[in-house]
Amino acid sequence: MIRFLVRRTVSTLTVMLVLSVVVYLVFYAAPHDPALLVCGKGCDGARLAVVRHKLGTDLPLWQQYWQFLHGLLAGRDFDAGTDITHCAAPCFGYSFQTDQPVLGMITARLPLDASLTVGAAVLWLLIGIGAGVLSALRRGGIGERALTGVTLAGMAMPVFLVGLLLMMLFCGYLQWLPFPTYVPFTQDPSAWAANLVLPWISLALVTAASYARMTRSSLLETLAEDHIRTARAYGLGERRIVLGHALRGALTPVITLLAMDLGGLLGGAQLTESVFGFDGIGRLLVESVNKIDLPVVVGVTLFAGFFIVIANALADLLYALADPRVGLR
Amino acid sequence: MTDDSVLLEVADLRVDFGAVRAVDGLSFTLPAGESLGLVGESGSGKSTVAAALLGLHRTGGAEVSGSIVLDGTDVQRASDAELRRLRGARAAMVFQDPLSALDPYWSIGAQIAEVHRLHTGSSRRAAAERAVQVLDRVGIPDAARRAAAHPHEFSGGMRQRALIAMALACTPKLLIADEPTTALDVTVQAQILDLLHELRVEHRMALLLVTHDLGVVAGNTDRVLVMRGGRAVEHGSVAEVLGAPADPYTRELVSAVPRLDARREPSTATTGDVLLSVRELRKEYPVANHGLLGRRERLAALDGVSLDLHRGEALGVVGESGSGKTTLGRLLVRLLEPTAGRILFEGRDLAHASERELRPVRRELQMVFQDPLSSLNPRRTIGDAIADPLRVQDRAGEAQARAAVGELLERVGLQPDWYGRYPHELSGGQRQRVGIARALALRPKVLVCDEPVSSLDVSTQAQVVRLLAELQREFGLTLVFVAHDLAVVRQVSDRIAVMRAGRVVELGDADDVYENPQHPYTRQLLAAVPVPDPVVEGDRRLARAALAGSVAGSVLQ
Repeated sequence: MIRFLVRRTVSTLTVMLVLSVVVYLVFYAAPHDPALLVCGKGCDGARLAVVRHKLGTDLPLWQQYWQFLHGLLAGRDFDAGTDITHCAAPCFGYSFQTDQPVLGMITARLPLDASLTVGAAVLWLLIGIGAGVLSALRRGGIGERALTGVTLAGMAMPVFLVGLLLMMLFCGYLQWLPFPTYVPFTQDPSAWAANLVLPWISLALVTAASYARMTRSSLLETLAEDHIRTARAYGLGERRIVLGHALRGALTPVITLLAMDLGGLLGGAQLTESVFGFDGIGRLLVESVNKIDLPVVVGVTLFAGFFIVIANALADLLYALADPRVGLR
Repeated sequence: MTDDSVLLEVADLRVDFGAVRAVDGLSFTLPAGESLGLVGESGSGKSTVAAALLGLHRTGGAEVSGSIVLDGTDVQRASDAELRRLRGARAAMVFQDPLSALDPYWSIGAQIAEVHRLHTGSSRRAAAERAVQVLDRVGIPDAARRAAAHPHEFSGGMRQRALIAMALACTPKLLIADEPTTALDVTVQAQILDLLHELRVEHRMALLLVTHDLGVVAGNTDRVLVMRGGRAVEHGSVAEVLGAPADPYTRELVSAVPRLDARREPSTATTGDVLLSVRELRKEYPVANHGLLGRRERLAALDGVSLDLHRGEALGVVGESGSGKTTLGRLLVRLLEPTAGRILFEGRDLAHASERELRPVRRELQMVFQDPLSSLNPRRTIGDAIADPLRVQDRAGEAQARAAVGELLERVGLQPDWYGRYPHELSGGQRQRVGIARALALRPKVLVCDEPVSSLDVSTQAQVVRLLAELQREFGLTLVFVAHDLAVVRQVSDRIAVMRAGRVVELGDADDVYENPQHPYTRQLLAAVPVPDPVVEGDRRLARAALAGSVAGSVLQ
């Protein structure tokens, strides 16, 4: 167990280091000068040099990167000659375009993405696993064919289409729900849920399809195994066989899928955020890329990478807990 | 017929899977407390019959007709609920592969307790106690603690015992055992069969034993029914059917069973000089890491083996699973690199030779593998598979290779124009012939066969063994025959090496080893082999009981 944690921590750090190097390289190679953007119109040579110095873009690439690492571990100061901005450790960078530390920008948006993702995940697990089990058990029937059709449609439908249709129906015509704006849970739990219900449903509908397919095929595979035949030969009923013996084994691959999806979405659900007008991490990333706000892009990318690696480690942990044959190494 | 003493009555049973008729008009009865062996080769429909007795085809795509009356229940007409009350309670099934037949996620005790609770409505605690009780009865040591273990933590023999314990949980009137010992080592097989025998006497259970092995039937059932292509070809007492078979198929089957006591002609080509020898050969594999720093433990699959292989002789290597016999076979042809020791072939040490140095030697050392299906590429024709070594080693041209393949195919008993066939179009025995042809393509000096017939039916087995013996004489091959089946090994070997736990415990002339075994383990192995003669088997059961105490550590595998 300790060994597993040590190994996972080391590999997480390695992945994040590599990620940061790649992001740095890509942006260094990009044809824009970030200093020019910060400096604005009517910028003269002397002022540009000051801005460059403050951003650190006057230094060679490896020094810029070194300063970034240093800031991450020990904090750093951004010195523009006249004013000094301090960014405490862990410093993910400082956005001069918005004059904010990157970490603050991310953590301010994290509750939104966490609410969105976790809520939707609960829904899509219920829909996906439920539909998967039903279609595995009613193989070949009309209900199964209809379910397969719906899941396929769900996979084919982009979240912005589903989201817009749902909003048109429930917020426009029926006016049962408010047009979504994010209300923090701590402020008003019922308003939080009412505003998130449509985003949850649309994200869940689109994602549930792959869970239904995976649950179905995995359950069918498990049901064909010899120990299921043993259970039948000893008089166990179908419900007991499926719920007690088959489903547990069938759901292990679903754990891995869930971890990947959760990790990915926590690092920003761009499409869903923009359909519902949420200012989340995904939107932050898109805007920063457009504005060439390098520190923010690096920060968000690292954060997203971090979530994915952590989610994978959790998946392995759950896998080992679920399956007695799997050891943690 | 409403005779109280008849427990099971099957009349005109037919089972169809789509267009395939698996069972075709089978009828038999089984009186309470008696035992019947259902024997046949693969595809004879014997397992299909076993499953039909519990109505297990209802959930599959099979069509069942005829009548099955089991302990007063009409299996064909019973409702699902009635059938469930029968299954496991009054008639219980013991399946073949004990690893896959148990739920990997549940502890063994919990699986047995679940069955008991289901049928008796007992409390959780009472069911758990019953599970421990039956586990203890089938010989699981420290049953109270081991009941909490999962199937993967049990050895093959212990899992089979656990399955029998599950069958025993509700003390059924009928035990249906479908190849209950096929996946097990011969000494473990003997223990399991002896256990079944004891339990049957103790609880006066009836037994339906489904098996391909006539030896297993001989010692464990009163009557036997021989099946072929879904029909009964012969039905009678064990002594009659095995002793004086009336049907030609049964006669063929009985004569195909390899006999432990059959001497063979020694290989003619033996010259006595040493062709290949190994000295203090050792092969280790890393196993699980433990602790924080990952202290790497190593397991010795082969633990210091020395032996000489004489030119033109046939050496049999026998042992149970985990004895290191396959590792030795692969080291002899240098498919594996030894951890320590020497492999001397014609005076050169191949132990740590590079792949490039080995290239020219490879043609002299060839191998036939156990599973002919997985050792042939399913996407390539058998002709290409056989021609590959010729193209690689001899740089043979297309016409030349095709001609050579034709000859080889004919020599191993296949049609010479089968170059373009694919492995799936062939039967198991034919595929193994392809494997042999491929190994012979380069006219090797040494041929190592690793369990070449263990996946084949008895009659096919006999043919392939005969072919190997012929080829050995014809090509003057030096043959190493690795197998777990002592009777099969005797048919092809001049000398025998008996292996156990990575070492050779006995090495000598075949006749000496079989007729006058020196090592207690060899004696135990020989005593465990089932013999297709009910009288002999009865004596052997007593002999095994006497021997059991003399070999420590192997009683419970």
